[in-house]
Amino acid sequence: MEKIISTSCLDKNIGECTESLKAKLEGKDGKRAVVVCGGTGCIANNSMDIEEELRKEIAAHGLQDRVSINHVGCFGFCSQGPFVKIFPEDTLYRAVKVSDVKAIVEKDLMGGEICENLLYVDPTTKEKVQRQDDINFYKKQIRIALHGCSLINPDLLEEALGYDGFKGLKRALTTMTPQEVIDEVLASGIRGRGGGGFPTGRKWRFAANIKADQKYVVCNGDEGDPGAFMDRSILEGNPFEVIEGMMIAGYAFGASEGYFYVRAEYPIAVARLQRAIEDMEKVGLLGDNILGTDFSFRAHIRLGAGAFVCGEETALLNSIEGKRGMPRPRPPFPAIKGLWGKPTCVNNVETLAQIPFILREGAAKFASIGTEGSKGTKVFALGGKVNNVGLVEVPMGTTLRELIYDIGGGIPGGKKFKAIQTGGPSGGCLTEKDLDTPIDYDTLVARGSMMGSGGAIVMDEDNCAVDVAHFYMSFICDESCGKCSPCRIGTKRLYEMLTDVTQGKGTEKTLDDMKELATVIKQGSLCALGQTAANPILSTMNNFPEEYRAHVVDKKCPAHVCKKLMAYIIDPVKCVGCTLCARNCPVSCIKPTDIPAKPMIPGKPMPGKFAHAIDQSKCIKCGSCLSGCRFGAIEKK
Amino acid sequence: MAIKAEVVQGVKEICDSYANEPSPLMMILSTVQKKYGYIPLEVQQIISEKTGIPVAEIYGVVTFYSFFSLKPKGKYVLGICLGTACYVKGSQQVVDKFSSLLGIEPGETTKDGLFTIEAIRCIGACALAPAMSVNGKVYPKVTPDQVGKIIDEYRALEA
Repeated sequence: MEKIISTSCLDKNIGECTESLKAKLEGKDGKRAVVVCGGTGCIANNSMDIEEELRKEIAAHGLQDRVSINHVGCFGFCSQGPFVKIFPEDTLYRAVKVSDVKAIVEKDLMGGEICENLLYVDPTTKEKVQRQDDINFYKKQIRIALHGCSLINPDLLEEALGYDGFKGLKRALTTMTPQEVIDEVLASGIRGRGGGGFPTGRKWRFAANIKADQKYVVCNGDEGDPGAFMDRSILEGNPFEVIEGMMIAGYAFGASEGYFYVRAEYPIAVARLQRAIEDMEKVGLLGDNILGTDFSFRAHIRLGAGAFVCGEETALLNSIEGKRGMPRPRPPFPAIKGLWGKPTCVNNVETLAQIPFILREGAAKFASIGTEGSKGTKVFALGGKVNNVGLVEVPMGTTLRELIYDIGGGIPGGKKFKAIQTGGPSGGCLTEKDLDTPIDYDTLVARGSMMGSGGAIVMDEDNCAVDVAHFYMSFICDESCGKCSPCRIGTKRLYEMLTDVTQGKGTEKTLDDMKELATVIKQGSLCALGQTAANPILSTMNNFPEEYRAHVVDKKCPAHVCKKLMAYIIDPVKCVGCTLCARNCPVSCIKPTDIPAKPMIPGKPMPGKFAHAIDQSKCIKCGSCLSGCRFGAIEKK
Repeated sequence: MAIKAEVVQGVKEICDSYANEPSPLMMILSTVQKKYGYIPLEVQQIISEKTGIPVAEIYGVVTFYSFFSLKPKGKYVLGICLGTACYVKGSQQVVDKFSSLLGIEPGETTKDGLFTIEAIRCIGACALAPAMSVNGKVYPKVTPDQVGKIIDEYRALEA
């Protein structure tokens, strides 16, 4: 590609690239276009082998001139992956295996017939759905941050340019002053997508008001909330959009250097981002005097090294500076004194990904979506016990019921919904009574949880609230940086108390002590990690008091999860004496009783076969008896 | 423990490659960890001599981040995701099964140096829960029953 050194150059390239992407998707270039999902989830299910096999088959049939093949970013509907999509018909194939490639090529690409067996089947109507937009999972979504994901090849600058890329940057650089950009972002009402929800425009204004020889934009891609993967998918699916957002931020408050801080666990995202930066440097979209203006900007990547606390902005800055990732006291806020002591704005990946839309389409359009206090859309990572696991981008104000049932397709196996955890280890759980609440930053906080980065883990009746709180506490214990005693020591003691509760050693006093300590940790910690560390406990205690009481008073775990408080029991009436469980038992604690076994054929007793029983004193509660029993004779009690 | 001359040279070259960066320590450590698998004290001393950063500070950084290791890891690192989505779908049972079959706890390495079990944080493959990765290769929807097979798969590579 030639250098893009002026706005007329950019216009020309945008025009050409838009034309050619459109021609490709509409089949006007005389070719069928095949795209394969190249997100982490689908790659783990061999989507790159599928792409390679497609190329081989296409070559074997001499179709190279009539079919183009590309990989694209995440489709979001990860539980149905890997995806292959064919244009111009817009046919979406899901759960594709390498062995299906031959049929796709011969039947569809050559024969013009749809491979019916690879279409999505609506679980309620049982009807096959050909087009992505007709699938319920996608119907309520509006894709702003995920713009271009699953459509453009994230390794090609041309495709980004052909799909609205850099239009927002061009408008900012050539028609607006930095102050006007900040005003536009303020008017859009966008709040930080990383967790706190601080208005992005205000953050930029703080930094803009400080005079300094150097300022920095830092993109927070240290997505540590277990269960959230929107930042990864955005970086994998359209890295150019995030770089564009970063450049607009730099222009707005006067920064000429940007740092991406990305988790080392995301190698594909890092590789695509790196390539995008290099390609933009080559054509002059990054570097000195961008588009012939006075604005110069350079972007760099720094990798995390596995510390959750580095998602906290000041800890992140310390990490970039090569130090232990421990938070700094605020004030001074990073906007005043940040990276290497210079004014710095730390913005989340998703926030920066939405900025180009605001500049391109205007603040009013962004602000027309969402609720009073929370504008625009939010990406949620829907996970856990829900049928349609994946990434969804919905308007702020969508209800949990829409999220879990309309988009998520409900709970698998006909189980009962118990709770949904939002905000990860810093958030809390919401229950049945909250299902019809429109979700935004403020309603979630009012209900004892928080938006966080958008992780949304659904739990069903088989999950124990105390066990989940215990899990989060062990996470926080491990990840506390150790700087503040209330967090370092307090979370450990809290974890020990919770362990007691899950083992039946707790009393009602333990519960009271936990509440008191939780409050102390909240008040006495420096950063958000400590201040929110006790949230999962407080929220589960508030929502499921009877479950906590069952653990400490009755010494029972109602969901049969906490091993010390449950038992596997063989029902002698149902046991046919097949001995499979006894043979599978790793500690040989299952023995026959003297009760005759249930006949396999009714009315035909089986002499010598006896119902079995588990010796509870030896049982290690591994559950292999239950998972192996074919007669439904073993229960958890 | 004496460090081989070529490793000394390699570490020095890594330090040199970041000489123009404002705060190169994290990048140096990441690269060393990736290339050699661990960062013992002796290597930290070399980095200290090259960069002028005190060993105490380097040691502080190495021990802070879970990606950096003072001890060598096994040839195959069995990373079982204990992110929330995987946890609620039973990944703890998968960890327990690996532990009992290999006779080591998470964080430990088998005596033959072949396997290390790591309980890792979310790898973002939540739709594939419970997920695990072996040297970066992701295994979707792992059940305790498959654990033996996964171990055998890598043992077979060594046979």
